[in-house]
Amino acid sequence: MSQASKGEKHEAAKDRSMVLQKQMIAEHYERLERAPETGEPVVYTFVPGNLTELIRAFGALPVLPEINALQSGMRGRSRDFISEAERLGHSEDVCTYVKCDIGMLKSGNIGPTGTRLPKPDLLLLSYTGCYTFMKWFELLREEYDCPTVFLQVPYQGDGKLSAEHRDYIAQQLRGQVIPALEKVTGKKYDDTIEAELKRRLALAAKAEDDLVAVLQSAKKKPSPIDAYFGGVYYIGPIFSAFRGTEEGVAYYEALRQEVEARAAAGKGPITPDGPLDKQDYRLVVEGPPNWTHFRQFWSMFSDWNAVVVASTYTKVGGVYDFGFRHDPDDPLGTMADYCGGCYTNLNMPSRIDMLVDYIEQYSADGFLINSVKSCNSFSAGQLLMLREVEKRTGIPGAFIESDLVDPRYFSAANIKNRLESYLQMVDARRAERAGGGGGGGGSQGAEARP
Amino acid sequence: MSESVRCSVGIDLGSTTTKAVILDSEGHIIGRGITNSRSNYDLAAAVAREEARISARFGLLRKEVERSAGRDVLDQLLKAFRLSQTLAQLARLHALIDDEIDRAVASALRRPAHDAVTLIVSRIEDEEQAWFDAPDERAGDRSDFFRDAAGSAYMRFAEEIGDPIGASFDLLAGLYDKCIIRVENEPLELGFRDHIGSALERIGSPAAVRDGIERAVSVTIDEVCTVGTGYGRARLPFPKEQIRSEILCHGLGAHAMFPATRTVLDIGGQDTKAIQVDAQGIVTSFQMNDRCAAGCGRYLGYIADEMNIGVHELGPLAEKSSRRIKINSTCTVFAGAELRERLSLGERREDILAGLHRAIILRAMSLLARSGGVEEQFTFTGGVARNPAAVRALRQLVRENYGERTLNISPDSIYTGALGAALFAHRDVTARAAAAPAEPGQQAGEAEVQR
Ligand code: SF4
Repeated sequence: MSQASKGEKHEAAKDRSMVLQKQMIAEHYERLERAPETGEPVVYTFVPGNLTELIRAFGALPVLPEINALQSGMRGRSRDFISEAERLGHSEDVCTYVKCDIGMLKSGNIGPTGTRLPKPDLLLLSYTGCYTFMKWFELLREEYDCPTVFLQVPYQGDGKLSAEHRDYIAQQLRGQVIPALEKVTGKKYDDTIEAELKRRLALAAKAEDDLVAVLQSAKKKPSPIDAYFGGVYYIGPIFSAFRGTEEGVAYYEALRQEVEARAAAGKGPITPDGPLDKQDYRLVVEGPPNWTHFRQFWSMFSDWNAVVVASTYTKVGGVYDFGFRHDPDDPLGTMADYCGGCYTNLNMPSRIDMLVDYIEQYSADGFLINSVKSCNSFSAGQLLMLREVEKRTGIPGAFIESDLVDPRYFSAANIKNRLESYLQMVDARRAERAGGGGGGGGSQGAEARP
Repeated sequence: MSESVRCSVGIDLGSTTTKAVILDSEGHIIGRGITNSRSNYDLAAAVAREEARISARFGLLRKEVERSAGRDVLDQLLKAFRLSQTLAQLARLHALIDDEIDRAVASALRRPAHDAVTLIVSRIEDEEQAWFDAPDERAGDRSDFFRDAAGSAYMRFAEEIGDPIGASFDLLAGLYDKCIIRVENEPLELGFRDHIGSALERIGSPAAVRDGIERAVSVTIDEVCTVGTGYGRARLPFPKEQIRSEILCHGLGAHAMFPATRTVLDIGGQDTKAIQVDAQGIVTSFQMNDRCAAGCGRYLGYIADEMNIGVHELGPLAEKSSRRIKINSTCTVFAGAELRERLSLGERREDILAGLHRAIILRAMSLLARSGGVEEQFTFTGGVARNPAAVRALRQLVRENYGERTLNISPDSIYTGALGAALFAHRDVTARAAAAPAEPGQQAGEAEVQR
């Protein structure tokens, strides 16, 4: 019986951060719905390169269209939204986040929690690494006829953000982004706002510390978290509207405590199919998840007692585990570093290094790429990365294909087949290495016997 | 006590056929069976397994009496056995059709329908008997599937005798379609024991064979481990450890057939897989088609339907091409439209088909490249490996892209997956056997060291 009560306690502990998260998100959407009356300015922006501290320092509220799109996917609404956008003439090949967002907008603009989303006062594109972002906001500008500001972020083609590039971003922040925010909020970027920005950057750094601790807990065996399927919940607040907020800090404190308690108890994560304490495969995953069949996708892993110990997707709104933290002492410089350091702004060698590092640091048995049809920022070059990582680690990789929010691109049987084949391949290789002969077969001679 | 053979079994539940392979305790193949897959997966697996057991018993019998009785007698016995099985199935089909007529056919048509079916069945029986009597027909030279052999004969005779008797072809064909499914979906007694007696009589009960049969019947085929694989593997009533992905099984099966294989291409009905294996036959990397079945066997099926010919005729027809037409789309949905458009442009069927085969193989080439290329040696499996035009296109494209490679295609390639599964089963048994006595020994060893 003590076993069960322990389990319950963990459920309850897990619930605390989840309750917090749910609360803060609900409150945020309610506040957004009231924004037209309260007069709080609304800024639409994207997850990679989001400047939440700055937006908030100006007293504005951020809206993240990708988050709305993925939430629509998880709630089974994306199919209709995408059809709606396709009816309007958007081709089948357009990133499905865009179509899902446009479809939602055309269907009354009711957000994931059931509240109406306000119109933007400003479209702030603070990361140009994805061309689709630009086109997306161009479409929204057409729709809302509101000011738009683009922050040009140079690609890390040679693996780092050079000093000139950093200056270039900071200059644009000073010369374009801040003036645009001043205009829509009617506030000057004075000492008070700068102090507020610094205060928020410090809050951001605090939450980032806790997030990193949570993600790195997966080095432990068994891992107390699933760093992909669970991970996407953990990054929710910090990658959306809550970096640099008190609620954000509180959430990550709570989460970290829970995860540390689970780690201390030698417990695994809670999956849709119950606790995963027995972990037979430790995997690293590259690429975003599929949202329309999220639970089913996760179950395919947990059915096999496979836990994800590290993922690149959980870095999509900020790569923190290699030391970067928002620095309150250099507000513009730190924001430039942040925008330039987006995961999809990294070149292929850097992404390969990262995967290799994860496989080694987290003692992974394998790695898997989920290649989503929608997103070339992720998908281009993934097979080359796979081969290179295989070569450097000696560990075979798996490759599966799906999409973000278009359910038509999720073939459960196909994905399951690939995943199972892959895990069995890992098994067979383990057996082979353990000297079992790997099943060379009777016709190839008798197996060694003691 | 009767003799028993300890065996490992592999079952490959594919989308169109189900295969079983039985290995003896040394890992050598002793039996193989194949049947149509059907809605009842358990039954498909059971039938394939039974067929494999039959072939295993024939194998035993052959070992036993071939020298004394001679090869011809055994071949004749096998033919007689097949005949006996077919006649049993035919009788069952006849009975079901009779019931169906009484149940569902308008009373005025019942008499002519009964008469027509009786006549059709007796014609098929005659034909089967003639096949049996023909000295140069061998048992293995024709399809093992009752549906294939009897089905086409039924339709032929229905066309011929239906109308004169007053039962339309459509009515007779409809009755057949309805009942053949039931014949396939109910377990019939088609095993060795059930038919070997009448088969033996049919060939005049030669004494040299009779004694051997006693032994072949009484041997216990002890299936110590079974592993399932294939498209429908999740529906096999096996525990998870006894289910292996067909990718692994194809890799291992191809390795067993051609030990120097490093790359395997499998083009089946539903999917295409490019697999790389190591020197032990263990998969090191693989790629498979995405959710879309373009370029798989199913696509050829659509094309064949569209052209109103059998799938097996596509390749030979394409081989007649003198001017291949470039086809870009391998989209199954567009296949019909593309084909009709080409035909309306006045292109020749064989040239279009040659282009289609190349397009399919081009898709496979991209999977091969993604899985790591084509290594020496290269083995091609799956239904499409029996299509000469596909093989030719593959040879050519492999040469163009990778240089000379040895391309292996086994005539038994349809059993690759089942063989791989059986080898995994065999390996599991061997590992278990190795583990059991090892433990006490190990402990004793440790104790010695401590002392
Ligand atoms: S293409 Fe990728 S990065 Fe760009 S908007 Fe779509 S999902 Fe985001």
